[in-house]
Amino acid sequence: MNSGNNVQFLQGNEACALGAIAAGVRFFGGYPITPATEIAEVMARELPKIGGVFVQFEDEIASIGAVIGASVAGTKAMTATSGPGFSLKQENLGYAIHVQIPCVVVNVMRGGPSTGLPTLPSQSDVMQARWGTHGDHPIIALSPYSVRECFDLTVRAVNLSERFRIPVILLSDAIIGHVRERIVLPSREELTLVERKKPTVAPEDYKPFEDDGTDIPPMANLGEEYIFHITSNNYDDEGFPATNDHDIADRRIKSLYNKIERNRAEIDDVDLFMADDAEIIIVAYGSTARSARRAVMMARQEGIKAGLFRLKTIWPFPYDHLRTAAEPAKDVLLVEMNMSQLDSEIKSATHGLQTRIHGLHQSNGMLITPDQIYDRIKGLV
Amino acid sequence: MNNKEYQVRLSGFGGQGIILAGIILGEAVSLYDGRFAVQFQSYGPEARGGASRAEVVISDEDIDLLELIEPDVFLALSQQAYNKYVGDANENALVIIDPDYVTEVPPSSRKVFPVPISKIAREEIGKSIVINMVALGALASVSGLVGIDALKKAVAARVPAGTEEINLKAVQAGYDNAREMV
Repeated sequence: MNSGNNVQFLQGNEACALGAIAAGVRFFGGYPITPATEIAEVMARELPKIGGVFVQFEDEIASIGAVIGASVAGTKAMTATSGPGFSLKQENLGYAIHVQIPCVVVNVMRGGPSTGLPTLPSQSDVMQARWGTHGDHPIIALSPYSVRECFDLTVRAVNLSERFRIPVILLSDAIIGHVRERIVLPSREELTLVERKKPTVAPEDYKPFEDDGTDIPPMANLGEEYIFHITSNNYDDEGFPATNDHDIADRRIKSLYNKIERNRAEIDDVDLFMADDAEIIIVAYGSTARSARRAVMMARQEGIKAGLFRLKTIWPFPYDHLRTAAEPAKDVLLVEMNMSQLDSEIKSATHGLQTRIHGLHQSNGMLITPDQIYDRIKGLV
Repeated sequence: MNNKEYQVRLSGFGGQGIILAGIILGEAVSLYDGRFAVQFQSYGPEARGGASRAEVVISDEDIDLLELIEPDVFLALSQQAYNKYVGDANENALVIIDPDYVTEVPPSSRKVFPVPISKIAREEIGKSIVINMVALGALASVSGLVGIDALKKAVAARVPAGTEEINLKAVQAGYDNAREMV
């Protein structure tokens, strides 16, 4: 990696780290874990050069705790891990969702459960990203399928987290994290960066969680002139516990959901490849989507009308987009490196349609190959 | 070799610089030769001395193959790596071996190029450590998948400052030596 050139041959993890820096991340709290460690390595090398801070903490829990603290103090912050570390981060992740602290958590997925297959790829944390932490909550999770997209979607993750005051999860995988490809890094002028909304009222009038009509309260930097309270309990507009007030609890939970659901147009992100006239729609994301794209091209060469519906935003799940794409198709084939975690989302999105739903799933640490997908496509014709 | 994805596997024992060679090959093709390359490597429990491998896919078009399926070119710098990784090589694969390290090569339809890679590094260049650079030069000759000029540019950009000359000399020596066999 050469930090001077804009055309480089980089790993997905390296591109992710450079994307974070380009997006304005200036604090990284980390703990090494394969296959995510290269992200911490790049951050450790690059952040000090630009006035940022890298800290390797004693564990995964402390690292996300520090990320939340850095963000409350006004710094864009990120951590990166893999399955076992992602499990450890769930409690603090829920805290950040609840008290609306922007941050990015990268999970470069490897085979599980538990420490599982440390060096091998998987997509088996998709449901954990959605529901790993307890309680009713929304989440945003993005999935890159190339080295360039590791950069782009990390920028987007930072932006969405700042815009909506919510942790955003980048669900990469061991293949995309480690593969090297040529990447043209965008210039600063080509990037759109989002900063969190700041209060405009005087410090004495600031209520940290008062809704201004957008469900995204302005956020002051803790430790500066705006003094406020944050609690993990259900809280009122002043940020103090409101643990027996049903109306406030109702308003709070609905507000957390509303800020995501009412802005789906900004958040939803799918990529359609040869899907317009497709009779067979493959649904895939991450490294599996690369194999799927290749399989679609193989099928097209044989005159089979296949297409790819690729999830760039996995959560919230783009039900409407999938329904629109699937409606004219005869078959939908879900391809994932897990035991079929998104199956129920696909069925929910296509409920009542004539389209038949199929799955190609594998959870043994091996990438699903283009040939495997092509064989299934042929079997559907 | 055109209009196809070429799958290249480099292997040897940990410490020979196999992974770096894979990265340089990918950089040579995609940054200096105007073609496409993806590179990946095994992150198994291999330690120094164990079998190590790096893989590169090369094409004139965008590549969606993120895992090697059937190597078209296979380089082995140790018997252990040969035995472990030769199995799925294409039946017409070009196989480059260092005869000092790989002594048992069962007969097959694959074309085998015994290039004295470690000997060239040791005797012609005077530094065993450049074995991976000699190997890259040999691979460029035998496969034609990367131009020698592009390869040299990638090597010069990658190696530590002050070592360019000896590394480039190693690449050229591997290239010239293997060329006599092609």
